[in-house]
Formats: sequence, structure tokens, C-alpha cells
Amino acid sequence: MNDLLTQSTFFGVAVSILAYEAGVVLRKKLKWGILNPLLISIVVVIVLLLVCNIDYDSYYEGAKYLSYLLTPATVCLAVPLYEQISLLKKNFIAIAGGILSGVLTSLVSVLIMSVVLGLNHEQYVTMLPKSITTAIGMGVSDELGGIVTITVAVIIITGVLGNIIAEAVCKIFRIKEPVAVGIAIGSSAHAVGTARAMEIGEIQGAMSSLSIAVAGLLTVVGASVFAGFY
Amino acid sequence: MKYLRQFLIILFITFIGEVFNLVIPLPIPASIYGLVILLVALLTGIIKVEMVKEASAFLIEIMPLMFIPAAVGLIESWGILKPICLKISVITVVSTVAVMAVSGLVTQAIIRNGRRKSDE
Repeated sequence: MNDLLTQSTFFGVAVSILAYEAGVVLRKKLKWGILNPLLISIVVVIVLLLVCNIDYDSYYEGAKYLSYLLTPATVCLAVPLYEQISLLKKNFIAIAGGILSGVLTSLVSVLIMSVVLGLNHEQYVTMLPKSITTAIGMGVSDELGGIVTITVAVIIITGVLGNIIAEAVCKIFRIKEPVAVGIAIGSSAHAVGTARAMEIGEIQGAMSSLSIAVAGLLTVVGASVFAGFY
Repeated sequence: MKYLRQFLIILFITFIGEVFNLVIPLPIPASIYGLVILLVALLTGIIKVEMVKEASAFLIEIMPLMFIPAAVGLIESWGILKPICLKISVITVVSTVAVMAVSGLVTQAIIRNGRRKSDE
């Protein structure tokens, strides 16, 4: 039985999609914010791998085809952005100011907490690119001498966290303008957050997509400056 | 055939993004180059939105699923995460909420400020 599961190429993909579907159904039925389909499917797959004693590599053998689609899917974020381009032009200063303030908040908050919690320089630069998309963040971490594996893990945790808490945070801080909601999610939780923003609405999704690219590029510059502060 | 053609266009632009990523020595991933190339192509009318609409809507809809394998991969890096787990968690939670709140509130304040001025 175990050999069957570890040798199957389709098992990983099927389980991932099934767990996600289950998450979607559960959220619709129970309407709890914490029942995030992405979080549920991650937990279900991890538990399943541990219980059935399947190693990650054999799971990934099938599941890699889901990851494979990520690059073209990110490219496709240009389409909603194109459809909302008039909104971008109209609110250009607000959007630029919002993303810039988000990037600075990210860098400053990581700096302060690294000092307070006594992280060393290597751990500090590892955390600096936490709010940006994985592919850019890895490059930044590597460039600054961080531990790339931990950066990737922290980026994913940040994204999933942002995906889960996005609506609650916007509600608590009374962020209601659709453009502002999108900028908030994309600047803090990159592509994983954007997946949630897309579900909230078209404007939110488009603005969140824009933030991934802009916040990512600003962080490349900002992180190299901030790396010298601690 | 329509979907296949749309998918072809998307993959071709992704490929051009990959070429940019290989040729230009900056830490910018292929996906971001691709996003900008597709946006410019749409804005200049080289590609009509109808030529990619359905396939891109589908890919965006199933996007959350694409993060599952990487997130499940956290079990692999658990060993190195464990010793600094608590500190990392604190930084991640506080900073994510702070960034979300500040960027959202700043954007909203500037939008509303502009609206109030144009009303006067």
C-alpha cells in the first residue's frame, strides 16, 4: 500500500486538490474565517504524509506540476491589472505612497524586532525580505548573506498568514477602499495573499498583483540599505 | 483550440520572462518580467485581452493550489527552523499585520484626501 502511494505520480496532486476542495466546502458551510482552504489543505497534506510515512520527495514528484504553473499564473496577473489600469492612473500617488510605506514598515519592523529579540546579523538579513514574493526574496537573502532555506520558509508562512488574516485586519483598521485593501494585502503577503485578494474582488486582486511587483523591486533596493543597519 | 492557443501565448511570454531573467543579472524572477511584458503587450495592443482572457482567469482562480507543495515543504526545513521558531513567529506575525495596516491606511488616507479636495 505504502509503495503504491510513494510511487504514484498523481497521488500528490489529487490529494492537494481534494484537500483544497474540502476546505472550500467547509468554509462555505461553516463560514469561519479560520477555515482557510489553503491552510486546511496544507495541514491535511502534511498530516497525511506523516501518518502514511510518505517522504516529501515522493509527494513532490506529483505535486511539482502544481508549482510548475505558478510562474505562468503570476504572469497572468497582468490581465486584471490591465483591466483596472484606469484606476491605477487615477490613484497613482496613493498607490505609490501606500506600497512605499508598506516596504519601509516591513524593513523597519524587522530591524527593531531583530534588535529586541537579539537575532544575529545572518538571521536578521534572512528575515528582511519576508514580505515579498519567493523568487525575489531568495535572491535578496542570498545576496545579503542570509540563510535562503529559512527565508523561503518565512516568506511562505508570511503569505499563508496574510491570506488568512487579510479580511480581519482590514476590518479592524477600517481599511474599506477596494484599492487600499488590495495594496495592503499585496504589500504584506505577496502572491499567496493576492490569491485571497482575487477572491475578495477584481479591484482588490489587481491592486494586490501590482503590489507584488512594486514592493518586491523596492525591497531589493531597501533591504540592501537596511542590511547595513544591524 | 481556443484555450490551447491562449495557454501558448501565456507560456511564450513566460519563456521570454525566463530569458530576461537569465540575461539580466538582477534578482528579478521570470514571473515579474513576464507580468510586465504581458502588461505592456496588452497596453500597446500587441495582444488583445480576448487572446488570453479565459486561460488566465483559470490559472488565477486555481493559484492558491500552487502554493500547497511549497508550504508542505516546510516539513523539510523544520529542522533548521525549530531552534529560532519562536522569534521568527513573533517577527512574522507582528510585521505582517503592521505592513498590512500601514500600507492600507496610507493608501486609503491619500485616496480620501484627494477626493475631499476635489469635492471642495
